[in-house]
Amino acid sequence: MGTEHTVRSFDEEITRLRGLIAEMGGLAELSAQEAVDALIHRNLELADAVVVRDKKLDALETEVDRLSVRVIALRAPMADDLREVVAALKIAGMLERIGDYAKNIAKRVERIGVSKAFEPLTLLPAMAEVATDMVHDVMTAYAARDAALALDVIERDTKVDAFYNSIFRNLVSHMIENPSTISSAAQLLFITRNLERIGDHATNVAEMVHFAALGTYPVEQ
Amino acid sequence: MTDAAYSTTTERFQKRLKQRYAAERRFRLLGFAAVASSVLILAFLLVSMTMNGIGGFQRAELRVPVNFAQSGLTIERSRLTDSDAVQALEQAGLATAVSFAAEQALGSQGAAQLGSEAWREVADRIIADPALLDRSVVLTLPASDDLASGLRGTGPEDIRELASSLAADGKLSRNFDAGFLTRSDATDPQLVGIWGALKGSFLTMVVTLALAFPIGVLAALYLEEYAARNRWTDLIEVSINNLAAVPSIIFGLLGLAVFLWMFPNMRSAPLIGGMTLALMTMPVIVISSRNAIKAVPPSIRDGALAIGASPVQVVFHHVLPLALPGMLTGTIIGMARALGETAPLLMIGMRAFVATPPDNFTSPATVLPVQIFLWSDEIDRGFVERTSAAIIVLLLFLLVMNGFAIYLRNRFEKKW
Amino acid sequence: MVSNQPTETMVPVKEASALPSDLTPKMSARDVSVFYGEKRAIDSVSIDIETRYVTAFIGPSGCGKSTFLRALNRMNDTIPSARVTGEIRLDGVDIGTMDVVQLRARVGMVFQKPNPFPKSIYENIAYGPRIHGLAENKAELDEIVQRSLERAGLWNEVKDRLMDSGTALSGGQQQRLCIARAIAVDPEVILMDEPCSALDPIATAKIEELIDELRGRYAIIIVTHSMQQAARVSQRTAFFHLGEMVEYGSTSDIFTNPVKERTKDYITGRYG
Repeated sequence: MGTEHTVRSFDEEITRLRGLIAEMGGLAELSAQEAVDALIHRNLELADAVVVRDKKLDALETEVDRLSVRVIALRAPMADDLREVVAALKIAGMLERIGDYAKNIAKRVERIGVSKAFEPLTLLPAMAEVATDMVHDVMTAYAARDAALALDVIERDTKVDAFYNSIFRNLVSHMIENPSTISSAAQLLFITRNLERIGDHATNVAEMVHFAALGTYPVEQ
Repeated sequence: MTDAAYSTTTERFQKRLKQRYAAERRFRLLGFAAVASSVLILAFLLVSMTMNGIGGFQRAELRVPVNFAQSGLTIERSRLTDSDAVQALEQAGLATAVSFAAEQALGSQGAAQLGSEAWREVADRIIADPALLDRSVVLTLPASDDLASGLRGTGPEDIRELASSLAADGKLSRNFDAGFLTRSDATDPQLVGIWGALKGSFLTMVVTLALAFPIGVLAALYLEEYAARNRWTDLIEVSINNLAAVPSIIFGLLGLAVFLWMFPNMRSAPLIGGMTLALMTMPVIVISSRNAIKAVPPSIRDGALAIGASPVQVVFHHVLPLALPGMLTGTIIGMARALGETAPLLMIGMRAFVATPPDNFTSPATVLPVQIFLWSDEIDRGFVERTSAAIIVLLLFLLVMNGFAIYLRNRFEKKW
Repeated sequence: MVSNQPTETMVPVKEASALPSDLTPKMSARDVSVFYGEKRAIDSVSIDIETRYVTAFIGPSGCGKSTFLRALNRMNDTIPSARVTGEIRLDGVDIGTMDVVQLRARVGMVFQKPNPFPKSIYENIAYGPRIHGLAENKAELDEIVQRSLERAGLWNEVKDRLMDSGTALSGGQQQRLCIARAIAVDPEVILMDEPCSALDPIATAKIEELIDELRGRYAIIIVTHSMQQAARVSQRTAFFHLGEMVEYGSTSDIFTNPVKERTKDYITGRYG
């Protein structure tokens, strides 16, 4: 982005803000991946790690809030600086929600008592991969201020939604056929829902990336 | 991180600081010395002038009791209000009556030393107060110039002895001479007065002001506000600045060549003198007015223009009122200089012996500095004191003029 | 009033293009250049000014915004070496052909440093109407003075001391006095050249509030070096740089998403 601010400390604050967001993005992506991993391999320790990591995400979000408000009050940012700060504020919230959903998935790991051969479970890793890839790519788009990549991420949300619908139907029919597995299946429903929400929030982040870069929101399809 | 070698905490700095303070003290001392010496010189001038001049406000007078009722002087009272009352009194024998009374009081020697025109002063007093003719009064009449010298201790021995004996008898004394300020020029220092020259100066100043001020102010306004900035206006500016420095006698030559050629019959008139001095004063007024106009901040002009004032309205409603104090100051400086000018007026012939004060702008007159010059040329010692007294009058006149100017300037001073 | 910005129904203008013909601009400039001798201070500026908006001119020092402002009421005429080319129109009439005294009564100006006349408050306001002959008698003049002072928000503060000197007021009051003085001749346009730069924040806020109140009745153009002030006070903003008008559009667009890189660099503090 062109030249630096005449007042160097303004640049430093913006850089710090972006750094915090990047850190949050990394943590959120990691949590999402590890939560699904823990689920598939029934790794309770990994699940605990995800739960613990969520506190860090919360703390980071608070810090982004504080820094954003400070920048607005003291620097009176205009144009792209203003959009940058507003985007950072909103993206932090979204990433924190992604972290929450990952934590939610991790918490349900121990409550599931089914074998690996549980049929709907086979689709889950694929869905998770798409969702976590979205988070990864949207953070890449954020770092590079790449609106095109952001648009690409937004399009992928349809895939996640498709996965969700498919898994949902599967689970429902499974529950009808095997009522004894209802409690586990119900957990899986929630987990799938969380993954779908992660995809939605990644899409929201992509919209903010687009706004920060170009000043407009992507057109609804 | 401070570089201690170059900061203000070094010894070098301290030494330099001491030098600076020492320089301050020296400068203040010098300034004070300059002021003190100026004040001393001024004081010396004033004191010596006053000491010399105070005597000029006095004259030697003889006490002569006159009994008009018994003097045999008969004249109709109605004739005293005529314009030729003095001649009538002369015809009635006032002079003889006065010298007779003088002989009675002072002896023949003393009476011989009565001022030759003393009877005229008696005539003036009778015209002022006709009731005198019915009474017996003691008149204090001017002594002759020789007797006055004798009283001072100069001149022939016999006159000096006469003077001291008359003084011892209380018949001869030096009294305050109020008439000095009301009489006009004369050949006898005892009878001389400054009023003629004062009035002449006043009339001349009026002419000078009436000509120089409007022309100077309008010229300054035009040059500052309307004239384009080109070679011609630069030339004019240089010319005016030079005019202000031209020796005043040149203006006298100009007055002689031009004005007297135009009005050949008015050689000694305040009108001609005023015109000549106006030429001399105008450049000073133009320069100081231009500076006063330049000092008016452009924001006032901008404000007036922005509201839709025309250029003339801007000048007369806004610039002129603010520039007026400066203009007045410059005018007064110019007028004060003109008041004291002798050379140009001598050149145009305002050196006539003028025994009566001028009636109007075209009658012969003289001015204070010329009068002083003429008196200082006189051989008679009696004029020395009178000259110093005239100088004091001139200084007072200047003081009054300057005071009036400062009052005017303060009244018109506006803060912007 | 919640916001002083135009609603969606008003079309924001990004380039200095001509407005739809049914909205005749109050003042318009076409290809205006201003020269001081050989030096070109303003380079081919075209802009339309409407009465319903407050228009702000922003830009770094020496960019020509004040010079252009002064061209609008021909104050550059007072500078001998100044030359203005191009067309400036007031209500469609070329101002070069108008009587300059009348032009300046219709297009008033308020300066950076408050410059009340060294006369009484009453005289300051009454001077303009008096020289233009706007009042028949003293009663009408009194009314004009009162109305102008009321509109400038100064009446209550000075109504008991109208004969006091105008220069005895505080800085903010003096500036409002100058605004009242400009209003007194019933102008159609008011030009303000950095009116608040010599004032403290409270006086500045009062002037900004006053500008908001006067909006719509007079076409107001304000030159300011404070972007925050331009953002607060105006609905249209023009960015000047090195004598050119780089961008002209609605204030919210200029400050949230400017089109030109130069504009963005300036308002985000990346300039210089």
